[in-house]
Amino acid sequence: MVRAAEALSAEEQGTRRRLLSFLGWGSFVSFCGGVTVGSLRFFFPRILYEPPQQFIAGKPEDYQIGEVSTRMKKEQRVWMIRSEKGIYALISVCTHLGCTPIWHPAENRIKCPCHGSNFLVDGQNVAGPAPSPLFRAAISLDLVGNIVVDKSQKENQPGKRDEPPFTLPLT
Amino acid sequence: MANLSLKNVPQVIVESQVWKSIFRHGYTMNRRNRLLAITNNVFYHILPTKISRYGMRMRFHWGAGIITFYLFLILTFTGVLLMFYYVPTVPRAYYDMKDLQHVVPFGNILRNMHRYGAHAMVFMVMVHMARTFYTSSYKPPREFNWVVGVILLNFTFLLSFSGYLLPWDQLAIWAVTVGANMARATPLIGHEGPFANLIGMKVNNDVRFALLGGTTVGSATLLRFYVLHCIAFPIILTIFIVVHFWRVRRDGYSGDVPVRE
Repeated sequence: MVRAAEALSAEEQGTRRRLLSFLGWGSFVSFCGGVTVGSLRFFFPRILYEPPQQFIAGKPEDYQIGEVSTRMKKEQRVWMIRSEKGIYALISVCTHLGCTPIWHPAENRIKCPCHGSNFLVDGQNVAGPAPSPLFRAAISLDLVGNIVVDKSQKENQPGKRDEPPFTLPLT
Repeated sequence: MANLSLKNVPQVIVESQVWKSIFRHGYTMNRRNRLLAITNNVFYHILPTKISRYGMRMRFHWGAGIITFYLFLILTFTGVLLMFYYVPTVPRAYYDMKDLQHVVPFGNILRNMHRYGAHAMVFMVMVHMARTFYTSSYKPPREFNWVVGVILLNFTFLLSFSGYLLPWDQLAIWAVTVGANMARATPLIGHEGPFANLIGMKVNNDVRFALLGGTTVGSATLLRFYVLHCIAFPIILTIFIVVHFWRVRRDGYSGDVPVRE
């Protein structure tokens, strides 16, 4: 820049040549910038053809107290778990690096096959590299009494996860 | 750096080690340099005009670099052939891979050449880098070519990673799930990384989202990795291979010195 300014003689500064040079280089730079930004934006799709985050998981009476149900696991990657306080939908995505853990009833543990993280039924991480508890999805009842699970809302902190909308209280 | 003013910034840059490692000297247009520009031109002479027998000792260079390059050629050739049978869609990818193994004539040997060749290429890149390190071949005047080599290492890994998804079996999906989830923690551009919240990174606008074409590994990811694996990464790798070879030629063979007692 210093050199360009020096190259122009005194009477040339602020002249038509300088304006045209500015416009020419300016349009070249903005063209290149536009192409770069546009190309980068291209890789972020507007519409995703991914499965919906909300689904219906039957009625509350389908689940027994103390049961870890795997009926929704294959399609929706959640365990439906009914404790004495209520039902919650535990998302089976390991909080370490996103593999699908497996429920082992004999050991009363949830274990991840990828790197060996262990979780309790309430989602608490107890062993392995997982840094935080498993998430619970938002859960509610619709007007006809079906359980509606919404995986786009999730919570894993004790206290918050034990209250609506992350646990469906049942008496 | 005390007399650093705006005026001599270009000179400071041009005389820095980084600049000089990339551009050896400027265009001094005297007669000698014009002749050197021809005799040193890699397109006219892929090998140097002269080289001593020390530079070609097998026990010095192990041939690791050229073996890596031959493996790349084999992978390009077998990869193009695999493209005739493989369709990167969720319903077909796995079964096309199985067809290649069991139905396509000579398909299994082709697939295995590509698969084991890829493993061997990663291994030979490591061997090549270890040899370069232990013989001090990365030191000036070859420090820029070491940087090019690191770029080549990264693109070898990217090719390996993107190709790993294409069989679309359980190992592929979960390996890429794990690998892509590591990208969540990238500083600034990964939504769980440091400072990412300052620029509003979320699960659907960060670097992992762009890599996967979605929030989970799915059909968009398979297609995206296929295009990157077959088009983008090989072309970029080829460009850097050309630069790498050119610099070997230009900086001189590191073994081309008499062995000191």
